[in-house]
Amino acid sequence: MLIKRAADIAHSEITPKSTYLNRRAFLAGLPAAFLGARALTAGTKLPNVTKSPYSTSEKINSFNDVSTYNNYYEFGTDKNEPSVYAKGFKTSPWTVSVEGLCAKPRKFSIEEIMALAPLEERIYRHRCVERWSIVVPWIGYSLSTLLKQVEPTSKATFVAFETFFDRKQMPHAAGLDFPYVEGLRMDEAMHPLTLLTVGMYEETLPPQDGAPVRMILPWKYGFKSVKSIVRIKLVSSVPPTSWNKQASNEYGFYSNVNPKVDHPRWSQAQERRLGELRMRPTLLFNGYGDQVASLYNGMDLKKYY
Amino acid sequence: MLRNRWTKVLVFVASLAPLMWVGWRAYNQNLTANPIEYITHFTGDWTIRFLVFTLAVTPLRKLLGLPDLIRFRRMIGLFAFFYGTLHFTTYLWLDKFFDVAEIWKDVYKRPYITAGFVAFLAMLPLAITSTTGWIRRLGGKRWQALHRLVYLSAIAGVIHYYWLVKSDIRLPAMYGAFVGILLAYRGVVWVINRKPRAAVKRPVTAIS
Repeated sequence: MLIKRAADIAHSEITPKSTYLNRRAFLAGLPAAFLGARALTAGTKLPNVTKSPYSTSEKINSFNDVSTYNNYYEFGTDKNEPSVYAKGFKTSPWTVSVEGLCAKPRKFSIEEIMALAPLEERIYRHRCVERWSIVVPWIGYSLSTLLKQVEPTSKATFVAFETFFDRKQMPHAAGLDFPYVEGLRMDEAMHPLTLLTVGMYEETLPPQDGAPVRMILPWKYGFKSVKSIVRIKLVSSVPPTSWNKQASNEYGFYSNVNPKVDHPRWSQAQERRLGELRMRPTLLFNGYGDQVASLYNGMDLKKYY
Repeated sequence: MLRNRWTKVLVFVASLAPLMWVGWRAYNQNLTANPIEYITHFTGDWTIRFLVFTLAVTPLRKLLGLPDLIRFRRMIGLFAFFYGTLHFTTYLWLDKFFDVAEIWKDVYKRPYITAGFVAFLAMLPLAITSTTGWIRRLGGKRWQALHRLVYLSAIAGVIHYYWLVKSDIRLPAMYGAFVGILLAYRGVVWVINRKPRAAVKRPVTAIS
């Protein structure tokens, strides 16, 4: 019921700092466990989500496809395992530390992240390095909104992401060194398409899809879009990335979708959209070239794969 | 029990169980969000499993003293070929849509496809010459020599699997260990049998 009431409040009223403080004081007066469970359980409807002009009009995949076919090695290396082994994953309380080369490093609670900016629904194409793709209505806002809060210094040229890892809660983790880490160049991180994601299909994220907060980078292979983020660090050199550490000849730092640059073991020229029988041609930057190609002007994309 | 003709029927039905299982899941539209990938992996898994079962027959006969297990070897081997054919067909049809140029490029450029192709091709003459008529025509010794191609098929199959996984090598490593142990058994038997009779009195019983 409390959540339903919050839904009626316009975003313009809840974004000011004084309002969160009030809200936090208000929350403090209530049994935390009850609220935590209500506010952050997977599948909680997200209120006041606006439609984004960045959305594609392509047919979206079913919620079932997106929530039962997951690469989330912390919860098992088979696609069907995360939806089973991530059940009951604790995503509350949750904080994300934003730190490093910035004027105002600080920790954000997931509630603060949810309320930092109006939530937008963005229907993006998502292309996995394994040659399958999906179309998903994600919910979030541009990462730049969060990064601006901490005032990055001019020395911050890269952003490093670290995701949650706890062997006790993730006994099936295998195949990689954990915690999973990723990175972006600063201009990529500040690009408006770069989505800090807290929901999908009008609801909060299910744990197997990276609850409570993850990245979505629609022009890069899926493994760049880290799940269950706990730390975002502004740094001055190329940060290590998990798949690159695993096999540097197969997974580069940029990992932009590119049909002309094959994975050493398979071609990237085509992909299978889940739900379709025939393969379809893969597009450079996954079809987001108009928006992002200028980030890579003059770069040899075969060398910087 | 191993001599009972119904045991053979039982093994036959059990060997078909994976196919029935996948058929049931297909009927219920329960082949995951990526059915083609699921079928490809499923048929591939059962090919390598049946190859391991086939290779296990001889060591188990000797070690457990169950010579009658030989009655099932041909059938199990043919099931490896059967699931291998389904696996290969899935690739040709649902992955490549019979685009011959694309397939050749794949076989030539992608080592894991090359290995899989070798594993399948090595099974082909074995399936063809699996009949009693062919054993007679080739003669026992030559037939047996030809059928050692199954070692190549199993090794190539494991390599195929190992080269295609992204990072979690536990399953290909497990099949690699099975195939390794089963081939090592044959190596040991071969070495012991090669020794002059004087050195080892009864070489075969020595390891049984």
